[in-house]
Amino acid sequence: MTEAVATLPLAAGDRVRRRHARSVLGALALSTPALVLLLVFFALPLLRLFWLSVDAGTFLPYEKALTERLYLTVFWETFKIAAAVTVLTLLLGYPVAYFLATTTRLWQFVGFAFVMLPFWTSILVRTYAWMVLLGRNGVVNRTLLDLGLITEPLPLLHNFTGVLIGMVHVLLPYMIFPIYNAMRKVDADLVRAAEGLGAPGYAVFRRIYLPLTMEGVLAGTTLVFILSLGFFITPALLGGGRVAMIAVIIEQQVREFLNWGFAGALSVVLLASTLVVYGLVHRLLRPRFAEGVR
Amino acid sequence: MSRGRSAGTDLALRNVTKRYGAVSALTDVSLAVEAGELLTILGPSGSGKTTLLKVVAGFELPEAGIVMLGGSDVTERPPAARNIGMVFQNYALFPHMTVRENVAFPLEMRRVPRRLIEEKVARALALVELTGYEARLPTQLSGGQQQRVALARAIVFDPILLLLDEPFGALDRKLREQMQLEVRRLQRQLGLTTLFITHDQEEALVLSDRIAVMSHGRIEQIGAPDEIYERPANGFVADFVGESNVIAGRAAARKDGLVEIELEDGARICVAGDRIPDAGAEVRVLVRPERLELASDGAAINRVAGTVVETVYLGTSYKYRLRVPGGREWLVRRPVRAGEAPLAPGDSVAVGFAPGDAHLIAG
Repeated sequence: MTEAVATLPLAAGDRVRRRHARSVLGALALSTPALVLLLVFFALPLLRLFWLSVDAGTFLPYEKALTERLYLTVFWETFKIAAAVTVLTLLLGYPVAYFLATTTRLWQFVGFAFVMLPFWTSILVRTYAWMVLLGRNGVVNRTLLDLGLITEPLPLLHNFTGVLIGMVHVLLPYMIFPIYNAMRKVDADLVRAAEGLGAPGYAVFRRIYLPLTMEGVLAGTTLVFILSLGFFITPALLGGGRVAMIAVIIEQQVREFLNWGFAGALSVVLLASTLVVYGLVHRLLRPRFAEGVR
Repeated sequence: MSRGRSAGTDLALRNVTKRYGAVSALTDVSLAVEAGELLTILGPSGSGKTTLLKVVAGFELPEAGIVMLGGSDVTERPPAARNIGMVFQNYALFPHMTVRENVAFPLEMRRVPRRLIEEKVARALALVELTGYEARLPTQLSGGQQQRVALARAIVFDPILLLLDEPFGALDRKLREQMQLEVRRLQRQLGLTTLFITHDQEEALVLSDRIAVMSHGRIEQIGAPDEIYERPANGFVADFVGESNVIAGRAAARKDGLVEIELEDGARICVAGDRIPDAGAEVRVLVRPERLELASDGAAINRVAGTVVETVYLGTSYKYRLRVPGGREWLVRRPVRAGEAPLAPGDSVAVGFAPGDAHLIAG
């Protein structure tokens, strides 16, 4: 009896370790198909692209991408548009998310339908729809002209504005959902407590609600910003070749000049800057919130 | 933090009615909490006590009636303008703020100068014995400590009224009792007018100056704890507060300030009563389990023979479930004494009670 008791802790520890190892292996086995898929269709092509960019044995393509004024401007423009899209989707999306998180079930259903419907429509279809709406003789301009609000058509297409409108539309759900998710987790009693302690509405928002939903805001802005950096179809079509975002340039290099090496270099720079942004957001802003939010 | 307020009524509800659709959550509720008093709203879930709390705090607008706070009508005033310190059931501490920031929050909202804030926060934290925890986040505190922070935050700005919404529910028994005593001590020390909401009758009896028992959106009885326990106004209060044996019968005769009551099976019992019902009126008699005596205890007038069905050992006492004539069951509690063997199931005993140990309930 005493012997059994003495050996028990060791045996129990062993058993715990074995069970833990088994559950880790099990989880790994279940994710294998997805991991293989990512490896074959994402990681390998990426490596191949990287390989192509240094195939010539030099870093010349990188030198070109990082020093030539044209490409620096393109990168700058890309970041500017991504930032503008992020700010706009945040300003538009936050109130929508708040509405969805606090309204009745019926309105929630209706609201989600409105948010999801464009989400389910092909991006190409939506972009062409915007071209119909925003063109010189498009629906928007004609309506405004007929109403006498403007005397000349507004330049809405094939420029910065057009790209912005299209991208904001496409990316809005990516901003709304993470914020909505964070808002759902906010205990309504916290808002009540703040009110009860004497906080006027704006103070409740600034001191309590906004900080508690900041996690969602960060997730949404990171997502939208990173997606914006690599956006292709919308800027290609709505920009009409006049708004040079990096993805458009990469496609041009491949399709028109068959310059795989330079396209690869641009892609790697884009990927690197994306990772830098992602890393910065995590480093600078995550820790404090991860600790404070239940 | 001490208030030199003159005595008077700090909170008064007058004929307050609140409906949710067709359901009436509060019906014509009136009550007054005197300055420095701790009044408990006691009721089961669905009795309307939470609605009452929300109306007082300003989170709900009543359909009818008025809420008076510190002498002024606040019925339509928003929560932020009411000056009520509230402790929520789950404490509702701001998870992204430290203990100091949580307690300073109501002061900052009142634009108290920074120096004074430091001072008041330190004093409030000292009162709840949390000095040294200023920099912690709520998640780094135990349940009891979180509760203390919530309490400090609720009293730091000298509110007119302290509202406690079942604040002890999440604590284990030992800690709960400790916190109850501590809250009571603070409340007395600071002279805080307090409205305390709970469904726990034991807690209500321990803490309160007065208790208001609620059911179905109405106040059934308001009174001191012993009054509620000893002289419940009706069957609901008798049943909800403490364990009870309720005996139904008809008033048969009166003599010498006693009422003789005839039970359904023809037996007669004698009960002391300040209100003497008409002969023939249906009445109910309440006898608390600890007031019932076993025949061996001595002179019991109202004797009934019974059989022990169940014996429960409670540490300080035994609880017996007895089957008595008429197919009813009575609960009896007897203190545990050395050398006294407990009754066992199947034992036959006679139980009884003195007329003064029973209470007549109307209807």
